[in-house]
Amino acid sequence: MSDPILTVSGLGKRFGGFVALADIELQVERGERLGLIGPNGSGKSTLVNCLCGTLRNETGKVAFDGRVLDGLPAYKRIRMGLARSFQLPRPFASLTLAENLRVPILYATGGQGRGVDVERRCGDLLQMVSLAEKAQKLPGDLTQIEMRKLELARAMASDPRLLIADEAMAGLSPGEVDDILALLIRLNEQGVTIIMIEHIMRAVLAFSQRLVVLVAGRKIADGDPQDVVRQPDVVEAYLGS
Amino acid sequence: MRNWSFVSVLVLVAFATFFGTKMVGNSYAFFAGYVVLQYVVLATAWNILGGYTGYVNFGTAAFFALGAYSTVVLHKTLPELPLPLMIAVGGVVSGAVGLGTGYLTLRLRGTFFSIATLAMAVVMQTLITNWSFVGGARGVYVIRPDESPIFDGDYIEYLFLLMLALSVIAVAVARAIEHSRLGYGFAAIRDDELAAEASGVPTLRLKLIATALSGGFMGMAGAPLPYYVTYLDPSSGFSLSYAVNTIAMPLIGGTSSWLGPVLGAVLLGTLQQAATVTISSALSLLIVGVLLVVFVIVAPKGIIGWFRR
Repeated sequence: MSDPILTVSGLGKRFGGFVALADIELQVERGERLGLIGPNGSGKSTLVNCLCGTLRNETGKVAFDGRVLDGLPAYKRIRMGLARSFQLPRPFASLTLAENLRVPILYATGGQGRGVDVERRCGDLLQMVSLAEKAQKLPGDLTQIEMRKLELARAMASDPRLLIADEAMAGLSPGEVDDILALLIRLNEQGVTIIMIEHIMRAVLAFSQRLVVLVAGRKIADGDPQDVVRQPDVVEAYLGS
Repeated sequence: MRNWSFVSVLVLVAFATFFGTKMVGNSYAFFAGYVVLQYVVLATAWNILGGYTGYVNFGTAAFFALGAYSTVVLHKTLPELPLPLMIAVGGVVSGAVGLGTGYLTLRLRGTFFSIATLAMAVVMQTLITNWSFVGGARGVYVIRPDESPIFDGDYIEYLFLLMLALSVIAVAVARAIEHSRLGYGFAAIRDDELAAEASGVPTLRLKLIATALSGGFMGMAGAPLPYYVTYLDPSSGFSLSYAVNTIAMPLIGGTSSWLGPVLGAVLLGTLQQAATVTISSALSLLIVGVLLVVFVIVAPKGIIGWFRR
């Protein structure tokens, strides 16, 4: 296999005296589907924030596509192809769906909107998440699952090479979970590397080629999903001893 | 409508306004109209930062007065300089101050940013009050020429025309921003700064552009003031009523598009001028207060929002 698309080494983050992440080592291969799980408060979202530049990690480093990202602000990271969706959808509430997608197309894609038929790209993305007929609606008119889809479409609008889907399925019904799952797998087939952060085990197991477990800010497991979920310390973290 | 055809329409409206005002046949119409136009510029400038980007600026008076005082300085050092150039200088000075304040304060969100701009206005006023070259607390007299330098008419007609041109420029710029890449970036910042950053929007840089543009236009609106009032002192230049009016006008008109501040400024500005003549100048702030309350209840998204529903 070629060199990894994402390399995290010795990453640590503290909030005051609280150690949120310690010594995280992680490699993600190109085109991989990686699952990231862990109990609430284990540092999953903090890790995402450190990867994407929303938070600054105090120790360790993150390299994306061979380039060290330390100190790079969030907007530069997404321009390099490192996109994320937010755990709680954060749409631009006063903009229509089409305009919501226009922002990353204009600001985050390689040509930053030049030489692209922006209208058409918005339409294609909305089509992809089956929201095309709501292009002129405001996010406030959407249902929960549509909001999630918009969130994913917006992350995809920047043409990322790595997508971090932070609990894209939380609170959805089983049918809706399958919807999002199919969408993510389709994206992966188009060549996007995906890190999925999720609590819904059925979805994680169906999706992931490899599973990483965080507990209390440390990585305690990394490997084949079926093996990892049988590992005694993982079972203990989830079910108690 | 394309930007250029929009500008042509604006210019036509401006000419109609000028000749319409001339037909009134009373130079007071120019004095009153000047104030309304000045508020069109101020409200439009405020809206670039407050409406598009979502950062409420309480420091309008500071940017405005800095423009005015930069003209005072130029008047004393280079009296031969034509007024349009003084306006440009006022714009650059206030724009630079906007950039500086922005850099220092834009890490603050919401109310904290607003309080910082208010504090900035107090600091600026204190500095000017203690600078005797521009008159200090005594104030300064600036003699207004009698004749317009470019056409046959009163100097106030010239001032009116300049402010009219400035309104055209400010409105054209505001509208051009609205549907540009910059405008979408501003809107993204207003709605959710974190998500904007995650969508590739360089938030700090865009906010600095907004404060500089906004401050610059406010400075330009203030630059001709010394020639209009002929006597300028810090307490009138930095008057809080500029800040209050400038916030109220976009809110009444609607902050979501360029038209809102224009409507608000024309409506509120005209009402205030009419009240000043017919009843009392002290009434103007009361009008602002009453209208604001009415609009918050009846049309929280302003006149524009009312019609778009």
